[in-house]
Amino acid sequence: MTKKRNLMPGVLLGLAVGTSILFVLDRGKGVSAALTAKRYLVEMLSILPPILVLLGLFESWVPKTWVEKAMGPGSGTRGAVVSVLVGTAAMGPLYVAFPVGLALLKKGASLFNVCVFLCVWASIKIPMILFEVKFLGVEFSLLRLVLTVPAIIVISGLMNILRMNIPERRRL
Amino acid sequence: MFTEALWILAAGSLAFSFLKNRGKTKNALRFSWKYFEGMALPVLATVWAIGLLLAFLTPHVIARTIGPESGAWGVMAAAVLGSVVLIPAFIAFPLAGAILNQGASISAVAAFVTTLVMVGILTAPLEAKFFGWRFTLWRNGLSFIFALAIAFMMGRLL
Repeated sequence: MTKKRNLMPGVLLGLAVGTSILFVLDRGKGVSAALTAKRYLVEMLSILPPILVLLGLFESWVPKTWVEKAMGPGSGTRGAVVSVLVGTAAMGPLYVAFPVGLALLKKGASLFNVCVFLCVWASIKIPMILFEVKFLGVEFSLLRLVLTVPAIIVISGLMNILRMNIPERRRL
Repeated sequence: MFTEALWILAAGSLAFSFLKNRGKTKNALRFSWKYFEGMALPVLATVWAIGLLLAFLTPHVIARTIGPESGAWGVMAAAVLGSVVLIPAFIAFPLAGAILNQGASISAVAAFVTTLVMVGILTAPLEAKFFGWRFTLWRNGLSFIFALAIAFMMGRLL
């Protein structure tokens, strides 16, 4: 994490002011905003700690060579398949995937594979697909899935071509 | 259910690791803490912003924006809306289904659902903290463009 300029206090202050104004202008909306925020906070706090503990264990136990071999620059198609599997196997919202992706990157996974992993985590999860089928129909869901997979591969390929190297100081 | 399993898995692994090697376990927890320290405030800001935003973007507003009356700009509006809001699947899909049944175009609903999962404007600051802004903007930008492409293709095919 960079320590150069911390915008967070300002952002939080802005949010506090915004919420106060909302409370004064429209009490109902203010209450609903607070309740929604609380619900999401509880969700985050219930998922984040175990994920971060597992991530820490991953950092200190898994040898770099394993990840490099499975998902590194030379891993080819097999590496992409591994990334897809890791992405679908995981659950939870996308923000949980960010530290996981960074940990993989640090262990030697290629940028292409980390990008595949992030996009797959975001969009392809079995319970989510079942939900989509239920409410939007089989045709809609399967077609969307069939179109999403190549889109993810192309997006990740483009990211790789653009040499999206992550600044070293970002790497915690 | 899933959350409980996750806690049990984490606790079990931690205990196992501790029995195997205390030094490595200590190191692991130091890593975890570092991540947590970096994420705590951005996460708080993100959920707060979500709360404020969703107070205005109610399901009713979303339905009106994407719905049959939205016209030619509906797909674009749906994609933008999907990029901005962050709602869990168990609310998003029933909502999308209802909008589709009301007569919204396939493309608009597909654009909404696809950007909803792949593009995150509210989570972008958090993403940038880990991967930098360049990566974040490109990943989200490309995902947005491809979501639109997917939406138009689905409109053609279905």
